[in-house]
Amino acid sequence: MKRLATAAFLAFLFSIPLWVGSLYVLHVLIVTGIFTIAAMSLNLLLGYTGQLSLGHVAFFGIGAYVSSLVSLGFSVHLAPNWLVTLDPQPVWLGMLWAIGVSGVCGWALGRISFKVRGAYFVIVTISFAEVVRLVALNWDELTQGPMALNNIPPLTVSIPGLFEFSFIGKVANYYLVLIAGIVAYVVIARLVHSRAGRAMIALKENEPLATSVGIEVTRYLVLSAVVSAAIAGAAGALYAQYIQIVDPNIFLFIYTVTMVIMVVIGGKGTLAGPIVGGLIFGLLPEALRSLHIGPELQWVAYGVLMIVIVSILPAGIVPALAGWRRARGPAKAGLGDAAEAAARQIAR
Amino acid sequence: MLGGIYALLGIGLTLIFGIMRVVNFTHGELYSFGAYMMFALVMLLHVNFFVALVLAMALGIALGAAIEFVLLRKLRGADIDTTMLVMIGAWIAMQNLEQLAWSGVAKSIRTPFPSTPLVLGGLSVAWSRLFVFVVAIALIVAAYALVDRTRLGRAMRATFQDSDAARLMGVDIDRVYLSTFALGSGLAAAAGALLGPVFVVTPGMGDLAALKAFAVVILGGLGSIAGATVGGFLLAFIEEMGAGYVSSGYRDAMGFLLIILVLIVRPTGLFSRKERIG
Repeated sequence: MKRLATAAFLAFLFSIPLWVGSLYVLHVLIVTGIFTIAAMSLNLLLGYTGQLSLGHVAFFGIGAYVSSLVSLGFSVHLAPNWLVTLDPQPVWLGMLWAIGVSGVCGWALGRISFKVRGAYFVIVTISFAEVVRLVALNWDELTQGPMALNNIPPLTVSIPGLFEFSFIGKVANYYLVLIAGIVAYVVIARLVHSRAGRAMIALKENEPLATSVGIEVTRYLVLSAVVSAAIAGAAGALYAQYIQIVDPNIFLFIYTVTMVIMVVIGGKGTLAGPIVGGLIFGLLPEALRSLHIGPELQWVAYGVLMIVIVSILPAGIVPALAGWRRARGPAKAGLGDAAEAAARQIAR
Repeated sequence: MLGGIYALLGIGLTLIFGIMRVVNFTHGELYSFGAYMMFALVMLLHVNFFVALVLAMALGIALGAAIEFVLLRKLRGADIDTTMLVMIGAWIAMQNLEQLAWSGVAKSIRTPFPSTPLVLGGLSVAWSRLFVFVVAIALIVAAYALVDRTRLGRAMRATFQDSDAARLMGVDIDRVYLSTFALGSGLAAAAGALLGPVFVVTPGMGDLAALKAFAVVILGGLGSIAGATVGGFLLAFIEEMGAGYVSSGYRDAMGFLLIILVLIVRPTGLFSRKERIG
């Protein structure tokens, strides 16, 4: 039943370009898809380990910059007489680099910031994103600063001598993002349902208990930060090769906020949550735009709507739906019990 | 001078943060609200500059109280993420209302101070900046006295240490929260009203101010007024040094690098003996 629903949903997503003619609608869907992937990666951190990172856009931006720089090539002075030059590389290589560098940054930030919890953690992550933004803005020899990186080449797959295909245009990019989204979903689902994932959930539910049965807190937190950052970096790289221009505004705080909203409204700690939230909050600004009320009022409505939804459904849409279904079916064990069971299983 | 402003912002935020456990994203908006009220009162209604300053602060207190009453009171007991998201929503709504009301064009405010600087020995200081500095210090001292010397302040400190125990001892928690948020907001509005005339007033001015206030709070440790004061001046000093000796483009990054350093070395802030929250 559930499998059937998933297949139907996927078939629906795959069929969209066949019957949606409007390029603008496809564009909105592509951008929504990219941000949904980023939200999925944030969910790993926020939903499964319970750490609220408000610097997630840093990894998204790093991914975008790294993939663009590798595919455009650059030359930069790391010291007054030490010039590092890189010739333009294929875009797929740039994307791999983007994933790698974001992952390493996630590791470094994780090592530093998981010493602290709660409000302090939130502020460290905000600071990190702000520092990265200022570097992108000011290191203009590498990033062109506010001049932005232009003419970023699109992703091209080729088998030499056989065929070559560039992801140019809305339809090709739509499928690219869709497939990337499915890959990201599968990776996250596998991780969450593995031993490591159970350890993360146990940590979120009850950290002292999880520690006492031998779960290494920092190790699993850092692991989730690395995977989360790498996926966000991949989303950023996709964004860069689709939009073909990257400027320091990609690091704006509002993008992190958008991702957090997507996760929390959809339902943190559920696999489907970020997708539901991503679709709603990716499409909502466009829906508000069609009301013709001016950009400021649109954002005011966005903010007010957010307050209303969070107040009504603090756990998010997906858990609320699940709870509603469960109320009509047989009762299941509470979440706390599940966490303790998971902790026991890992300790064994 | 900037140190005093940062300290004002930081004190407001650290009180709200420490006592209410609310990450106040509207703090920067109250700062720009103060600046816009100053603009409206001085330039549109032609109120006396000094009267306008007091009025702007009072309006900030009123707005803060309203936010607490309308949004936060219902969320008592909700987890920190929920509250934070509501505050983010409020922040987005407020900032865009401001943009709608005042448009994106930067506004400047006329000050009654002479444009010739005050020369003391080899040092020349602009009158307006000296004024900002003095008022900021006065407000810091007043806030400190309020928290340290009055009945309300004692209730605040008790709530900070243990809100349940404070409630059991008969402290009216709702009143403490309301006055904490109003006080913090008033200080933020005062900071905006003071700095607005020195620079220009724009709708986005609150964002960076809020981030710096967070930095000050981290530097000083949660809930510590003395820490926030020292943190504010330290941040301003380091920014100036960074701008002077490294690169002015990285001026705003200095504070954040400093935070990251402080958290590596001493995660609870420089001046806090309280345990970290887990």
